[in-house]
Amino acid sequence: MVTISVEIQILFAALLFLIGLVGLLVRRNVIFMLMSVEIMFNAAGMVFIIAGAHWGQVDGQVMFIFILAVTATEVSVGLALILQMFHHFRTLDADELNKLKDDN
Amino acid sequence: MTIVLALIPILPLLGFLTLSLFGGRLPRKFVALIGAGSVGVSALLTLIIGVSFLLSQNSGGVIVINLWDWLNTGGLTASITFRLDALSLVFIFVITFIGFLIHVYSVEFMADDEGFSRFFAYMNLFVSSMLILVLADNLLLLYLGWEGVGLCSYLLIGFWYKEPANGYAARKAFIITRIGDTAMIIGLFLLFLNLHSLNINDLMQQASLKWEVGSSLATWAAVLLLGGALGKSAQLPLQTWLPDAMAGPSPVSALIHAATMVTAGVYLIARTHVLFSLAPAVQTAVAAIGALTLLLAGFSALTQHDLKRVLAYSTISQIGYMFLALGVGAWSAGIFHFMVHAFFKALLFLAGGAVIVALNEEHDILKMGGLRKKLPVVFWTFLIGSASLAALPLVTAGFYSKDQILWYSWSAGNGNPWLWAAGFFGAFLTSLYIFRLVFLVFFGEIKTQPTHQLGKLMKLPLIVLAAFSLVAGFIEVPNSIGSIHLFSGLINTVLPPVILAHENIPEIVLQVLASVISLIGIYLAYLFYLKKPALGASFSKSRISEFFYSGWGFDRIYDVLFVKPIVWLAEINKNDFIDRIISAIASTTIFFNRMLVITQNGKLRWYIMGFAIGIVFILSILMKI
Amino acid sequence: MNTIFYIAAAVALISTGMAISGRNAIHALLSLIISLLSVSIIFFILGAPFIAALEVIIYAGAVMVLFIFVIMMLNVGMEREMESRWLRPRMWIVPSVLSLILLIDFLYMLRTMAHPETPGQTISPKQVGVSLYTTYLLGVEIAGILLLAGIVGAYHLGRQRKKVIHRFLKKEEIIEPDKTEQ
Repeated sequence: MVTISVEIQILFAALLFLIGLVGLLVRRNVIFMLMSVEIMFNAAGMVFIIAGAHWGQVDGQVMFIFILAVTATEVSVGLALILQMFHHFRTLDADELNKLKDDN
Repeated sequence: MTIVLALIPILPLLGFLTLSLFGGRLPRKFVALIGAGSVGVSALLTLIIGVSFLLSQNSGGVIVINLWDWLNTGGLTASITFRLDALSLVFIFVITFIGFLIHVYSVEFMADDEGFSRFFAYMNLFVSSMLILVLADNLLLLYLGWEGVGLCSYLLIGFWYKEPANGYAARKAFIITRIGDTAMIIGLFLLFLNLHSLNINDLMQQASLKWEVGSSLATWAAVLLLGGALGKSAQLPLQTWLPDAMAGPSPVSALIHAATMVTAGVYLIARTHVLFSLAPAVQTAVAAIGALTLLLAGFSALTQHDLKRVLAYSTISQIGYMFLALGVGAWSAGIFHFMVHAFFKALLFLAGGAVIVALNEEHDILKMGGLRKKLPVVFWTFLIGSASLAALPLVTAGFYSKDQILWYSWSAGNGNPWLWAAGFFGAFLTSLYIFRLVFLVFFGEIKTQPTHQLGKLMKLPLIVLAAFSLVAGFIEVPNSIGSIHLFSGLINTVLPPVILAHENIPEIVLQVLASVISLIGIYLAYLFYLKKPALGASFSKSRISEFFYSGWGFDRIYDVLFVKPIVWLAEINKNDFIDRIISAIASTTIFFNRMLVITQNGKLRWYIMGFAIGIVFILSILMKI
Repeated sequence: MNTIFYIAAAVALISTGMAISGRNAIHALLSLIISLLSVSIIFFILGAPFIAALEVIIYAGAVMVLFIFVIMMLNVGMEREMESRWLRPRMWIVPSVLSLILLIDFLYMLRTMAHPETPGQTISPKQVGVSLYTTYLLGVEIAGILLLAGIVGAYHLGRQRKKVIHRFLKKEEIIEPDKTEQ
């Protein structure tokens, strides 16, 4: 059906991943950071689908299902942690969490 | 009989060990018994051995006892061996006998002191070390004794350590003698390297076989050993420590700094006389140093007003006489003067100590006077000692010994009219300064009342020593008077006899001159200090008197030449730049830590950035490969 | 077919870009949902319909909704001033450079590999199901336990001891004088 070379497809996935990475590095709000992580997960999973479609195997899709499960878990736990952080620090600034700073 | 020889130095050593370990807990009587008793028994044993030695047929022989092998490594063998010959017999007699008398005196002198047992422990250690020094068979054991007496001198000068000035005096003594000791140990290295032994007899034989007269090795060895002798005997240029060493108690000054330790240099030179004969330049230097020192110290003694400092300069001066004798080759005369000097100088110090104690620690002679009636025993014994020192003709022992030196300084092989002139003028100075002391302290009006009476234990040693100061001379009477040569006969079994070279003036002339000059000195002292004290006082205020008072400015010279530069170096190194180089390593590490700590700022995004950069690096590297 | 792919890809990229650079959290999330929907279209094109459906249901439907719920709970939207203070243009430079470098690396990698054409057939949900429950049965069980752990963790970590007063209620005391306008 599709005659786009696999390069372009993977390139697209890579671009999405990189956008997510940039978002992770740039944003200070932890919710946005988590969101960027989601984008990266999604892009990684896309690579699996592409590969599965390329070789004609079902394993790619199975892998994506597992990734999906992991992502869902990770998001819920992460958001719970963000809730705790907000109630403790009253801010969503990731830079406020610097108690592990080395100040001698 | 030979084991008795070993006991002589060991008994005081045992006394030291006992007193240093248990002395604090024993009652005073026991401490005194052990302290003085050990030296007393040693004196007794010395007497026994001496008598048997003299009576036996081999009085030209020796007694040797080998205790054990000390070192045996790399070609160096040294053993703990004691060797008794005529020279060391004289020395151990003086050390144990005078030592015993001084210990008895100290029992009363130090009776009120809290460091009573400590004092006797140190004194016993000193006697033991000195005996080891003179009985040693090899130079290494001699050096052990040498160091031991140096240590005890330090400990005893600074005995009353609570006073900081005493500590400084002790340090000064130790450091200056240390300079001499270093020269000596280098000399030992030189001897061992070239002659492969440190046994004294072996060394002397090897040296006379291998080295020619005037060779540079012999000269160097002699110079280095001379350095050691100069330090210990407080001769030029290392004489500045002895006047300050008077900070110690009077018995210490009597034993260590008059009779025994300061004569260790004389002993060393006499023992290694072969080396000095092989290096005539050095021997001449010995005589010259002796002559200069005796003049320098004589002038300085004239102006001092601390009683003990006068006696200290007097000691320096008299040892100068001994060096003069050794330098011209009159070995037995030097040793004879040592023995006689030990008697009267110890007497003078002990009597001086008695005066100081009686006047409640007053040292200044200008504040003393008229003690003749108040302290009769002290007066008479002090007078006898002073007469002996001034070489009062015919009746005192000092006359015979000093006269012999003066005669030989003119007539012996190395003799020289200049040396004789120095000795002659020195004799004048000697009688002048010592009778100045006598007149100022014992005659005139009383300025300080004596508050303390002296007990038997202090008076008895004074009397015994006074007796010896009178009669000890009669064993060596010159030819012109009656010819008795007992002493030189004994010593000449070990040391070579004097070679007379210039006998152009008969001996009697020089003897008469010497007698006259000492009498003139006594008269002038009477004039200046008793009859017309104003003359004496005006002299003491003159500029030249101040120059003499400071010991001819030697202390100042040394201060400027040595002390100030070292202190300056220490000052500029106050920040200790060598230490800083090492701590720079620590500083560098801390610096890098500070730089790297910036990357640990606890911010999450920062760490993710680190991740990303790492990924970039790794991927780049992987791809290029 | 190819044009659909390109259009969907373009939409996905643009909306993701808007998602990460948005000031308002809710707007950003909505853009992200659009991105996920276009990705789902791409999955359809690639012949993975089951996965496309799952993407919409789980990712866009559950995960994103969870995000929105949390943001609403925390009332993040009220703090856009903070956002504009934090997000300055020059902060984008370094991450963009890094990503660019990675992209170049990636392209280089692609160039050096062999690339045969895509077969292009659809893999039905039935095949996926069969594979899941025979070959990857163990993985399914573990994924189930993982989800359980996630539930327990999220519940426990999200608990608060203190009573949280809603911000509107709190603000009543402060803005009382203004309320006369209403």
